[in-house]
Amino acid sequence: MTDSAPLLEVRNLRTEFLTDAGPVRAVDGVSFEVEAGATVGIVGESGSGKSVTALSILRLLAENARIGDGSRIAFRGRDLATLDEDEIRRLRGGEIAMIFQDPLTSLNPVLRISKQLVEGMLAHGRQSQAEALRHGIDLLARMGINAPERAVSGYPHEFSGGMRQRVMLAMGFANNPSLLIADEPTTALDVTIQAQILDLLKTLNREFGTAVLLISHDLGVIANVCERVLVMYAGEVVEEGPAEALLAEPRHPYTWALLNAVPRLDQEPPADKRLTAIEGAPPDPSEPPSGCRFRPRCPFAVERCGEHPDLLPVAEGRKARCWVTQAGERLLKPSTAAAVSAPAAEAGQPMLSLRNVVKHYPLRRDALFSPRKVVHAVDGVDLDIGRGETVGLVGESGSGKSTIARLITRIQKPTAGSIRFGDIDLATADRSVLRPLRRRIQMIFQDPYASLNPRMTVGQILSEPLRFHRLVRGPEEAKARVGELLEMVGLSARAAERYPHEFSGGQRQRIGTARALAVEPELIIADEPISALDVNIRAQIINLFVGLQQRLGLTFLFIAHDLAVVRQVSDRIVVLYLGKVMEVATARDLFAEPLHPYTRSLISAAPIPDVAAERKREHIRLAGEPPSPVAPPSGCRFRTRCPVAQGICAEIEPPLAEYRPGHRAACHFSGQA
Amino acid sequence: MFRYLVMRVAGMAVMALLATLVVFLIANQVPGDPVLAQLGDLAASDPNMVARYRARWGLDRPLSEQYWIFLKGIFNGDLGVSISTQRPVLDDIRQYAPATVELATVAFLLSIAVGIPLGVLAAIRRDTWIDNLARFISLAGVSSPTFWLAFIMLALFYGGLQIAPGPGRIDLSVISPQTVTGLYLIDAAIARDWEAWRNAAGHLVLPSIVLASGTLGLITRTTRASMLEAMTQDYVRVARAKGLRERKIVIGHLLPNALIPVVTLGGLAYAVLLTGAVMTETIFSWPGLGRYTFRSAVALDFPGIMGITLVVAAVYLVINLLTDLSYALLDPRVARERAE
Repeated sequence: MTDSAPLLEVRNLRTEFLTDAGPVRAVDGVSFEVEAGATVGIVGESGSGKSVTALSILRLLAENARIGDGSRIAFRGRDLATLDEDEIRRLRGGEIAMIFQDPLTSLNPVLRISKQLVEGMLAHGRQSQAEALRHGIDLLARMGINAPERAVSGYPHEFSGGMRQRVMLAMGFANNPSLLIADEPTTALDVTIQAQILDLLKTLNREFGTAVLLISHDLGVIANVCERVLVMYAGEVVEEGPAEALLAEPRHPYTWALLNAVPRLDQEPPADKRLTAIEGAPPDPSEPPSGCRFRPRCPFAVERCGEHPDLLPVAEGRKARCWVTQAGERLLKPSTAAAVSAPAAEAGQPMLSLRNVVKHYPLRRDALFSPRKVVHAVDGVDLDIGRGETVGLVGESGSGKSTIARLITRIQKPTAGSIRFGDIDLATADRSVLRPLRRRIQMIFQDPYASLNPRMTVGQILSEPLRFHRLVRGPEEAKARVGELLEMVGLSARAAERYPHEFSGGQRQRIGTARALAVEPELIIADEPISALDVNIRAQIINLFVGLQQRLGLTFLFIAHDLAVVRQVSDRIVVLYLGKVMEVATARDLFAEPLHPYTRSLISAAPIPDVAAERKREHIRLAGEPPSPVAPPSGCRFRTRCPVAQGICAEIEPPLAEYRPGHRAACHFSGQA
Repeated sequence: MFRYLVMRVAGMAVMALLATLVVFLIANQVPGDPVLAQLGDLAASDPNMVARYRARWGLDRPLSEQYWIFLKGIFNGDLGVSISTQRPVLDDIRQYAPATVELATVAFLLSIAVGIPLGVLAAIRRDTWIDNLARFISLAGVSSPTFWLAFIMLALFYGGLQIAPGPGRIDLSVISPQTVTGLYLIDAAIARDWEAWRNAAGHLVLPSIVLASGTLGLITRTTRASMLEAMTQDYVRVARAKGLRERKIVIGHLLPNALIPVVTLGGLAYAVLLTGAVMTETIFSWPGLGRYTFRSAVALDFPGIMGITLVVAAVYLVINLLTDLSYALLDPRVARERAE
């Protein structure tokens, strides 16, 4: 090995899965390098081959996967592709460590943390049991786990998601690796916790000199951590370069599409609220299109794209697989509609009005006569939605946002408070009053796979509510209406004959939307409708919502954890934390001048895919994790993590006070974070 | 954990009381007159005789009083006097139980000692000959009827090949070891009478295989299925990424998870083996509870039937409790969730 050789050099990696339908090439000729101590990111949508690339390095693939002949994975000069099982095992968890997406399932539920932490060190035989345990405890402390001596004897279920990912990192660093492969390490985490973990990754890279190969679908996450970026599409690297330049001015139309499909927190959404979405879906990996694989979806395609392009230099240190940019063309920013001031929401009687709504879930008693503990899921929430308005509800997990959706639809009954819809109080209405209301309030769910009955055709799914509510006379009319609905959500009327499993995730979410629209509701509640979807499909669905809203004058309650998405679609935004409203404002005011320290930290924690802008931004990092809703803090709920909290915050709960018409915040020190 | 234990034991006491009530009521409601069964047609046609008989056994008292007497008796270790053997039921059970315990325990150990390793191997060598063998054994074990399997075994190994001893617990020519526990293998070992030990062990082979066949199949199949499920979990890939050897992953990560459902099944299987050996014991002339049950049932011997039913209920309750407790030990999530 010479000094100039990179730490990891992947050449022409081809990975195939042998399936019943024949071999499927998930990774097709990928080459890249990772220098010692470097940070490299691989970005792409699901099915792009980014995770398979990562797993191929340590040969942790499923049994039916084969790394093709001619693939070379040189680590310090040794080809990992040809090592025998014992030699590759010695590298795993030693020189090369890997952490995975879901810290919930990545730890063995029945083994103590100590065992899981120590076994990796013992397997590489450098330490005794006692030394390894001491080292493990040090590592847990280094990863930011409080009271590591006690934590080490705990079981995984006693830790939160963020803490588990810290434990995973401690396990990864157990043998001082020179390369850490992190596969979507923060995807399952809340945004403030994600910021903590990304900071930790950067610190570890700096202090231990460990090179990081970060796999993510999120350009913001990649921009936050990585110096170099590879963009993958349909099993190939389509663009490679320094993160800053690549994100500032992409040289491949797919990178361009990814960047423009994501709403950005540092930019005002355009007046028409639309995102630049490219149509279609990635190609089937078992039969990739001839020529450039992105051509069928590319807005810049030219005649030459019928010929497969190579990954060739396009600028200093940059490569792209595109005929257009190699010919010197620039990929222009999509034109945005001129910013017109959005029409203010109608004043007057709100369509839906929540007052002091409370939902408590009692837990089982500890003992027969001990007091019942209660989960304070929603704890006194006021919320108004005007006719034709879109209200966004944001908050992290445990904030109570989904519970509010269940209360409005009366899937659950509130513990206290009123929910006025027209002149009816939904909170106390009984079954006979609720039945006709079900048609007027519809829901779109997060999981488009679970919310459609797999045994019914799309036509049956859509005509069922029509018949139930007697909105059509006879099957002919139902059929016509179903076709109309499908076309409204951008599908063909022929889709009615098919079953849900024949559709992709994005198409299923369109079907779910059509089902909600079928009964011509007045209010649609969308609970995380896009969080299970890929970036581009998200943009398509957002555009669909925005279009329907403008065309049909729908009223939306849009629930999501992603601030940028909520901002894109909403007129007004409500920020929730631990069952209480922290701040309410129009989308514009909330971002122009966030008043509550929680809102400010949420905005600052969401990574943006722009290295220069990220550098200039204010960074508020919340310490710790949200407290348990079983025992919420006294006074202000946010005070235990608040950067500006003072004595008064523990004693007096700040009211949701109005600072300016329509802009309210619940903080003693609003605007002072 | 302690609170969990207390709650479980309290729950068990309630269940036990309910069991006595159910046993009592059912025994009283079944059609069939014990008087007739005991006295015979001739004596039963004499009303005086019948009345005296009913008074002698308390059958003329109100039902609630009969139950109270029955319950008091249980607490004093008195399960009544068997109508057919004229001995205290508890003495009968004491006499017959050891043979069943010995047979059931050997069958149980056989089921887990073969079933678990076979299930594990079948899962990690999926779709190889060993997997096919395991699937064959579990299917054959579960689906062969006991009487058929017992006769085939006896005909083949005792009658045909003459390599196995015949029915009974021990050969008549061998003096049974002095009774300490009533289990011949243990008593013979205590007495250092190895000839008797070997003879008793030989007699156990065929009936325990026959008795174990069903549970062995179930345990193999459950172990295989839960191993396969555990193998798809993310933590297995994480363990591999740490550089652990496959053997360590199987023993250290997969087994602790995969065996949790097997423990539940194992508990149930042991209870089934202890209480469900009627057929096997009858065919192998095994002087155990199964045969006692059979005899009591045929004679409509109410005290006997009730006694044996209570024993069965108690066995299930105790084994269930032990299973739940071991469950809590194996899976740290259980004690917490259930106590909450």
